[in-house]
Amino acid sequence: MSTPPVIELDGGKQRPLPAEPGASSNALQLWLLRIVSALVVPAVLVLFFFTFDFLRQEDTNKLFQVVVAVLVGVGGIWILYWGMDRAITAMPARAGSAVRPFAFAGPAIVLLAFYLIYPAVNTFILSFQNSTGTEFVGFDNFQRIFTESTYLISMRNSVVWVLFVPAVAVAIGLGFATLADKLPTKSEAAAKSLIFLPLAISFVGASVVWTFVYNFRPEGFGDQIGILNAIWVAFGADSLNWMQVPLWNNLFLMIIMVWLQTGFGMVILSSAIKGVPEDYLEASRIDGATEWQVFWRIVVPSIASTIIVVWTTTLITTWKVFDIVFVMTGGGFGTSVVAERMVTEFFTFNNDGIGAALAVVLFVAVVPILVINVRRFREQEATR
Amino acid sequence: MTAVTEIQAPSKPEVPGQGRSPSKFPVYLAVTLLALLWTIPSVGLLINSFREPRSIRGSGWWTVFGNLFDSTAWTVQNYSEVLDGGFGNAFANTLAITIPSVAIPLTVAAFAAYAFAWMEFPGRNLIFVTVVGLLVVPLQMALIPILRVYTGFDLNGTYPAVWLAHAGFGLPLAIYLLRNYMGSLPASLVESAKIDGADHYLIFTRLVVPLSVPVLASFAIFQFLWVWNDFLVALVFLGVDPANRVLTVELADLAGRGEGALNLLPAAAFVTMVLPLVVFFSLQRFFVRGLTAGSVKG
Repeated sequence: MSTPPVIELDGGKQRPLPAEPGASSNALQLWLLRIVSALVVPAVLVLFFFTFDFLRQEDTNKLFQVVVAVLVGVGGIWILYWGMDRAITAMPARAGSAVRPFAFAGPAIVLLAFYLIYPAVNTFILSFQNSTGTEFVGFDNFQRIFTESTYLISMRNSVVWVLFVPAVAVAIGLGFATLADKLPTKSEAAAKSLIFLPLAISFVGASVVWTFVYNFRPEGFGDQIGILNAIWVAFGADSLNWMQVPLWNNLFLMIIMVWLQTGFGMVILSSAIKGVPEDYLEASRIDGATEWQVFWRIVVPSIASTIIVVWTTTLITTWKVFDIVFVMTGGGFGTSVVAERMVTEFFTFNNDGIGAALAVVLFVAVVPILVINVRRFREQEATR
Repeated sequence: MTAVTEIQAPSKPEVPGQGRSPSKFPVYLAVTLLALLWTIPSVGLLINSFREPRSIRGSGWWTVFGNLFDSTAWTVQNYSEVLDGGFGNAFANTLAITIPSVAIPLTVAAFAAYAFAWMEFPGRNLIFVTVVGLLVVPLQMALIPILRVYTGFDLNGTYPAVWLAHAGFGLPLAIYLLRNYMGSLPASLVESAKIDGADHYLIFTRLVVPLSVPVLASFAIFQFLWVWNDFLVALVFLGVDPANRVLTVELADLAGRGEGALNLLPAAAFVTMVLPLVVFFSLQRFFVRGLTAGSVKG
């Protein structure tokens, strides 16, 4: 033995296993063991979930299902992991330490592979196939979504959404956070809660909230019950069906998203603002700067990186939102967006090819952000 | 790291805003107006949910301020009608979907995060970088192929199908958050446990998990809200069969019925919101942290 046997539990400093005669067959065995240990937990889960019929029957008591699910989902998984660990401990020490990480991380990797990586690859393939996935059609789907007006409208709207919503939400959030920062702590917390509250609501719930803002009654069909039309009519105008006013209806839908997302930016920017050193602010005030100048010359540059993070995050959320449009207009009246169109195509029209192509468009657009995230992560790791 | 180590000078007594502007009145006014503007839509909905069906259809919610104490104007009829008409069932369904959909990824991710943070294995860095990349992949990329697999095995419309889907979609964020947190625990702590003869399993369950409770709670709350409020995954994998519907699907269906169901919408919406709002008010600190950390999720 050229190296002393490596005792396990030495994360980070362990040397690679030395190559020995017969190492290739050993390595093969080792990899088999690793793969098996990664697969055991997901396999048992799937078998349990999908072979027990009672979990699939609609009339089974809901509470019973939940209890079983929680017992299995938490307790059962822990026992499985524990059993795997015991089995590995029974192996020779070196083999055990080589296999154990796969028993810990493997189940997660298997789930990720099945639920995210395989589908992503498959969606790329599907985007080059016809609506039922029976034959390849080359770039036909992409050609259609980049030439037919239905899809071009969705893309135009999505681009407008990601330009408008993050900018407005971040601007209002930043303005509000700055102003609220000047109030006593309790008033500040209360005011911030009110702006923040919509974040706890689902997109569908938010759409219902705004249904009663945008409600429309034609002339002679009773009083307006939507507050926007009530105000509009009070000024002497005719009531408007806001959801069907060409082009403007997009703005009214985007306002719902702004209403939902502003709180997010506000909370994060608020804590960033509190992190700006008081000395800087005091110094500039002593030099005679107005509050306006302090805000633009000191506060904003100090929190620029946070603003960018919040803006990017809101942008991604906005790019992928489908519920609001789906519920409010069903994508009609020229309000469709890409994320909504994608679901409509494949789910409502069973047009998988176009749906997959639209999903690819959604994905490709976030690739730059993906690359930046990965690069930034690598830099952080390098400096750890 | 060194930039923030300087000791902070004891500052003047904390009087926020003192000396910043001659009068705080304009600031108060602006903040109040904006907060009011943000709250009006929800308040209107809340008021409407307790009005007589005829009044909901006949007049705006703001007209109640004329006769606030007329007890005949108020009713809980909408709520009882909504709960009997499918939302009670949908509430149970949503709980049945949400709890395992939080518990499963939490457990699976905790083990994986420990391995990524404290174990050495081939492919570790590559796999973790992949996890970071998966954070922003849109859910839409996964829907069609998974639906096909589920349909092929006749699993569509079952609870476990949705649990595992939510688990899979929630994993990148969970692993990312937990690994970063666990990795920042002091190495000396783990080393000394090893010297005392503890193995990985023991260190994980007795040391690392108890120390990671804050980040586990943050992810749990984030995932809870995500799953509870989710419409897309439930719609696609659970379907619109009335027995199966979750709250968001039921609410979207009600909203789609138009004028006929208008009187039920406000009460129904609040039934879907009540639990998230309770979580919001009781666990705001964790909520904010989870949201901040979860901001990258696809």
